[in-house]
Amino acid sequence: MKLHRSSGHLTLAIALLALPFIIDALFGHGWVRIADFALLYIMLALGLNIVVGYAGLLDLGYIAFFSVGAYTYALLGSPQFGLHWPMYVVLPLGALIACGFGVLLGAPTLKLRGDYLAIVTLGFGEIIRIFLNNLNAPVNITNGPQGISAIDPLQVGGFSFGSSFEWMGLRVDDVHLHYYLFLGFTLLVIFVSRRLEDSRIGRAWVAIREDEVAASAMGINTRNIKLLAFAMGATFGGISGGLFAGFQGFVSPESFSLMESIMVLCMVVLGGMGNIGGVVLGGVLLVALPELFRNAAGPVQQALFGKVVVDPESLRMLMFGLALILVMLWRPAGLWPSTQRRREFDADDGVLHQEQETVYDASK
Amino acid sequence: MFNHKIAFLVVLGMALAGCGKSETAAVSNSGELVIRIGAAAPLTGPQAHIGKDNEYGTRMAIDDANAKGVMIGGKKAHFELLSEDDQTDPKTATIVAQKLVDAKVNGVIGHLNSGTSIPASSIYFKNGIPQISPSATAVKFTAQGYNTAFRVMTNDAQQGKALGEFAVKVLGLKNIAVIDDRTAYGQGLADEFVKSAEANGARIVAREYTTDKSVDFTAVLTSLKGKQPELLFFGGMDPQGVPMVKQLRSLGMKTQFMMGDGGYTPKLIELGGGAEEGTYASLPGVPLDKMPNGRDFAKRYEAQFHQPIQLYAPYCYDAVNVMIAAMQKAGSAEPAKYLPEIGKVELDGVTARIAFDEKGDIRGGAVTVYQVRQGQWHAVQTMGGAAAAKP
Amino acid sequence: MDILFQQIINGLVQGSVYALVALGYTMVYGILGLINFAHGEVVMIGAMIALTALQALLAAAFAPVLAVLLSLMIAMAVCMALGYSIERIAYRPLRNAPRLAPLITAIGVSIVLQNLAMMIWGREYHSFTLPFSNASHQIGGAMVNDVQIVIVIVALFIMAGLMWLVHHTRTGRTMRAVAENPAAATLMGVDINRVISVTFMLGSALAAIAGFMVSANYGIVHYYMGFMLGLKAFTAAVLGGIGNLRGAMLGGVLLGLIESLGAGYIGDLTGGFLGSHYQDVFAFFVLIAVLIFRPSGLLGEKLAERA
Repeated sequence: MKLHRSSGHLTLAIALLALPFIIDALFGHGWVRIADFALLYIMLALGLNIVVGYAGLLDLGYIAFFSVGAYTYALLGSPQFGLHWPMYVVLPLGALIACGFGVLLGAPTLKLRGDYLAIVTLGFGEIIRIFLNNLNAPVNITNGPQGISAIDPLQVGGFSFGSSFEWMGLRVDDVHLHYYLFLGFTLLVIFVSRRLEDSRIGRAWVAIREDEVAASAMGINTRNIKLLAFAMGATFGGISGGLFAGFQGFVSPESFSLMESIMVLCMVVLGGMGNIGGVVLGGVLLVALPELFRNAAGPVQQALFGKVVVDPESLRMLMFGLALILVMLWRPAGLWPSTQRRREFDADDGVLHQEQETVYDASK
Repeated sequence: MFNHKIAFLVVLGMALAGCGKSETAAVSNSGELVIRIGAAAPLTGPQAHIGKDNEYGTRMAIDDANAKGVMIGGKKAHFELLSEDDQTDPKTATIVAQKLVDAKVNGVIGHLNSGTSIPASSIYFKNGIPQISPSATAVKFTAQGYNTAFRVMTNDAQQGKALGEFAVKVLGLKNIAVIDDRTAYGQGLADEFVKSAEANGARIVAREYTTDKSVDFTAVLTSLKGKQPELLFFGGMDPQGVPMVKQLRSLGMKTQFMMGDGGYTPKLIELGGGAEEGTYASLPGVPLDKMPNGRDFAKRYEAQFHQPIQLYAPYCYDAVNVMIAAMQKAGSAEPAKYLPEIGKVELDGVTARIAFDEKGDIRGGAVTVYQVRQGQWHAVQTMGGAAAAKP
Repeated sequence: MDILFQQIINGLVQGSVYALVALGYTMVYGILGLINFAHGEVVMIGAMIALTALQALLAAAFAPVLAVLLSLMIAMAVCMALGYSIERIAYRPLRNAPRLAPLITAIGVSIVLQNLAMMIWGREYHSFTLPFSNASHQIGGAMVNDVQIVIVIVALFIMAGLMWLVHHTRTGRTMRAVAENPAAATLMGVDINRVISVTFMLGSALAAIAGFMVSANYGIVHYYMGFMLGLKAFTAAVLGGIGNLRGAMLGGVLLGLIESLGAGYIGDLTGGFLGSHYQDVFAFFVLIAVLIFRPSGLLGEKLAERA
């Protein structure tokens, strides 16, 4: 059994290591870059999963933490202030600042429930974005809507992830290098998530999600535990944001719109809230699907009708929207739900319970 | 339940089937030299109508070149267009840029916005692919030290300077209010306008802001009322400009209204319902009918795409022709070989006489100011760029 | 003083529109506890349908008044059908699913509607002009035009009508019953599915009216117009206490006032440090402050009067 598991892990590890080269050979660099973004979004989705999936707090402004991480990296590693701090200082610092913002958001909203919390977090996300967009006057901090460019690439010592190199006759490009770097961080985030899941804290989150009053009656300090959920989620967002800034070399406020928050939430819910595997799956699908549709919309029409009837670009987002609806109808608990949630869901399948307050039971 | 499942699998299957096909190598068939021109602009989202216009302008230039039968290095060239949607999103822009590079394009026309052109430019630079933006105006775009980045559009500084001079020196207006839409374009242009207007002796009586998604400006306009500006300058695009000028008039204000190139569109007049009468807007270059090649451009565009030119289609057309001219000069469509020639190109385009300075910005940078008179755009004056503009 | 008066009028007009859209959110929320994210897009579809119908009717030489009324009716009918279908397809099958599942389908519906509209009506902005002249009037130093007056009056009438419907008709009673306790309502012979369908259709009809009025006021329609409007209206509904009809109206009007006074006076209040670009920040701060002191919105209570 043990041997079997470790050999499974080994296969997975080899597959993950070889993946960028396989993708490159089959589809080109563009798709390796998409894989890089998928990893960044998986980190984001895992962070949001702690807040939404474990603790059951609906957060619609999660992208704010991503932006805090990204701007921290951009401000401390670009010609903007002439600072070029190394990555191993800036990334943790970005995570720490994002964590602080998580607490800042969490503290005043502890009393709020459900959809009230949702709108306040949404407002918080917008407030951060508006400040980033406007802090170019009277004192220029963020450069406003122009954004910050020429951000230092991700580098450790003399080794830069932003340039390609030859290694034993094998050309390793920047997109590949970033893939490995992001993969490392993603695995770290997954590891931390898993440890949290099975810890006292993780169980306390679930307890709060299921019944906050009962949880506090059981001696859980709901205030601190909720704050911790916000802080942990924000930290992951901050790390991902810093990596994004270094990868992209340019940040501007338009990358942190409300739609991005909604997309990350879709990844968590569509994949399977509370289940790490599901969230990873959700992240991969939601980054890849629009790009797949981009390539498919034209040729498929060509094959079906012999000509391109509808603009491929118009069709792309339409198909994406349809996919969201169909997947949710087909698997309402997400593609790969956590076992616990699946149990809950099966228990009251199709039955209208008497104790429900509304038709959509708010406690679920 | 079952149906949903099948439907989803079909969709996914179609998607997977399609993605394998997207890559075909750039090979020359029947002795022709196949040259791929990439185009990137938002084709979905709020700016999709302008993005599509860019694609049309690029397509027209390519169709013309194919019809004419351009010879490059003694071979007949066949041009192909690869148009991609960057969704005005910086992240998607880099994905699209990478895809165009993968597809071995010989050059790229794009992107539409500064916010997408800048992150994408680093990818084109790394791969040595020449990029000519028809419409990115942020000064920073060509100031990054990339020898692959060019534009056939004046930058914010050039245009803002011309507009400021026009407002103060030509129109003689001294009290000016400025609103911008807090986008890279609107804010950049408004800041440069303010600098120029103040340098020419005008007073900025109010600086207000809105967003590129707003339609209600009554609150900021009302607050301007007390300050009695003679001119309101708006840094932004026509979807905001139209309701803004309407609400300005409906609040009973006689303040003159001015925009940059984002306002010079047929839509401004179509949607304005009369309130736009007297509005000033600028456009880099000289008026189309003053350029020898420009006269029938608008006519042919309308015939081919069944809509009037929205905004930047002529610049896209010029950008492609600049690229082709450089290829002809170099006798090669290899990016590395013809890239050095782009900077040396001098071309009578449909928008202006095009030549680049050492950064890749358009030299001279003539800007023409237009005004709506009796529901028509009329060229009022061409500012600057005397050396470049030889109508 | 004139300027303050003008700002209040600006806020009232804007707020009336928010209130109308917010009613749609709050009605659905009151009964289902669901944020109908696609509601903003229904407003957009209403505006688009009204535009197409109006142009067709005017081209067919209908009298202007008749054409306007008919096009509004057509838009309402189409939106009611749309609202009904959205509920049947995207929400009903998920009624017992985890709470966030219908939120995702709502986002999916929203994306689909937006892109469908883009395919049907194109990417460009369309002009929406009424076949009447829209004269401005001076009232106590402030300028108001006909369309704006009509917006405020229509909004008032609709709100009054809705209150009457909810409190004094049989349909309204069944709606309140379902909101209060769906299981008990079923036992008392209320057809829950019918009530929910009716709620969606009512909300969508209001959305069509709102879409018509917004387009008439600003004179332009675009397939992207629903998103921001929906977001603002949703904020308004929460501010007032979501699920509560009076709350939606109050929240809508308040948000309109906050925005216009914010944009007009933030600069002066902060000595020029913060300008009108912080208008939305100001609005959200007010919202957060309200929710900290009243966690269920201004009028929302534990035992909220729901519709």
